Amino acid sequence: MPNRTIAEAPAPETGAGAPASLHQYSSTYGYSAAGSEATPPVEAPVGSRRSTRGWLISAGVVLPVLLFAAWWTISALALVPEHRLPSPASVLEAAVELGSNGTLLTHIAISTQRVLIGFAAGSLIGLALGALVGLSKWGSAFLSPTVGAFRAVPSLAWVPLLVLYVGINEDSKVALIAIGALFPVYTTVAGALRHVDAHLVELGRAYGLSRWELLTQVQLPAVVPSIVSGLRLALAQAWLFLVAAELIASSMGLGFLLVDSQNNGRVDRMFLTIILLGILGKTTDALIGLLEKYLLKRWS
Amino acid sequence: MSIASPALSTAAALGVSLSGVSRVFDSKVVLRDVDLTVAPGEIIALIGASGCGKSTLLRQISGLDLPSSGAIAINGERVTGIDLRCSVGFQEPRLLPWRTLEQNALLGLPRGTAKSEGQERVRELLRLVGLADASSLRPRQVSGGMAQRASLARALARRPGVLVLDEPFGALDALTRLQMQDLLLDVHAAEPTTIILVTHDVDEALYLADRVVLLGTDPAAPGSGASIRSITAVPGSRPRDRGDATLAHLRAELLEGLGVHTHHSNH
Repeated sequence: MPNRTIAEAPAPETGAGAPASLHQYSSTYGYSAAGSEATPPVEAPVGSRRSTRGWLISAGVVLPVLLFAAWWTISALALVPEHRLPSPASVLEAAVELGSNGTLLTHIAISTQRVLIGFAAGSLIGLALGALVGLSKWGSAFLSPTVGAFRAVPSLAWVPLLVLYVGINEDSKVALIAIGALFPVYTTVAGALRHVDAHLVELGRAYGLSRWELLTQVQLPAVVPSIVSGLRLALAQAWLFLVAAELIASSMGLGFLLVDSQNNGRVDRMFLTIILLGILGKTTDALIGLLEKYLLKRWS
Repeated sequence: MSIASPALSTAAALGVSLSGVSRVFDSKVVLRDVDLTVAPGEIIALIGASGCGKSTLLRQISGLDLPSSGAIAINGERVTGIDLRCSVGFQEPRLLPWRTLEQNALLGLPRGTAKSEGQERVRELLRLVGLADASSLRPRQVSGGMAQRASLARALARRPGVLVLDEPFGALDALTRLQMQDLLLDVHAAEPTTIILVTHDVDEALYLADRVVLLGTDPAAPGSGASIRSITAVPGSRPRDRGDATLAHLRAELLEGLGVHTHHSNH
């Protein structure tokens, strides 16, 4: 028997909205990793589960190995001239050369530092803006059109203005990375907070929680999984914007190494940089993935 | 069962009075002129057809919603907003999934309760509702009945003067529901509080309540909003016999009031 009462009618819709908007968001970014690894396969019987899991992980190694083999074969057979496709050995040599005098480590360190600071700053601002817009009808009415307009500006379009106002220095690069990291967090957090189970919010109110307590004890914990997905997207964006910032104007960092190598015709170093960017990006993403796993277990 | 420790028990059951309570949503009259006086410690069951405004009335008493006209007072003091002298239990347990049952129950404590005192209180309540061994489990690890018991412990944590329950056992299976009814009576015996509960179940109303309030719309004036159609004092003292023959008569009467005929006839 459906026992809907009048009292329930004005309550906003509950549930289901957050995952949907998340999904939509990640597909906008062409990025499907958010949360997908957090659910282990359940159906498989216990005995075969471990080995299935092992095979699934090994499956991810197949393609890189094939790519490497293809690369090695092509360069060994000299199908493509060395100045267009360096051999794996020469890339390794470049790594040793740059690594031995410490420059490579400096490039990596400065880039990582920029990413982390920009990511942290952008995420915090995104979290604050997202909370304002997601929690308050007035905050949303007041802010979301403007934030939406800023988000619509391709973030790299800010570069000339940043250079003009902030100058070519550390701050402008970090600022650009922060801009890149801000919007994914903003969008996911605002969307998720809007869809926090209205029943739980009402419960909090009925038990006399203040707005702040409601936020910290009910609403934020409820959106922890979404926040982590947002952070994951933001981190990917941060690396993207790092390279953009360093390509445009810098004297250090992996983006600089890329431009510098291009100018000097060092295609081996270009390969090295790209491989390093891939490894660094994947590593930081994996770290957030671990955090996500832990938080999902703790908060849902 | 006497579990309430006298050192901590300070609150007492409070009386509730509703006078001329009406509620209009967007020009739709839901409640009209509801007058009711509930004595401290009394158990009142509100019954009525689906959508007749029972839950709305409960929301008025707890201050989650305010009447369009008329007034509600708890212990003579008017309810002007969410009123912490009153605790609410919902049909769904509404436990925070990331907290253990014990942490969920802690949410019900009044602000500013000393930590050790609060934990003591919650432990005592979890024992009262039979969850002493499950206190560190998460809501998704327990059955619906256990979750509902945890939410009852949470509602009792702050020693409410009034406990309003919105179909608290409606989502439970029949057997668990009977057990929960007995549990509620145990709780009522151990903790002084006035209970107003909404139910669909006439038997439940007769088993638990001192008085059963039938809410409904005057058939002669449809759309005029629900008001109190009848108040039935249930004879005898608790615990009642579920098979009591004198109650069978009241049961038929109340079902009649709900528009259900006890003997299916063709006409």
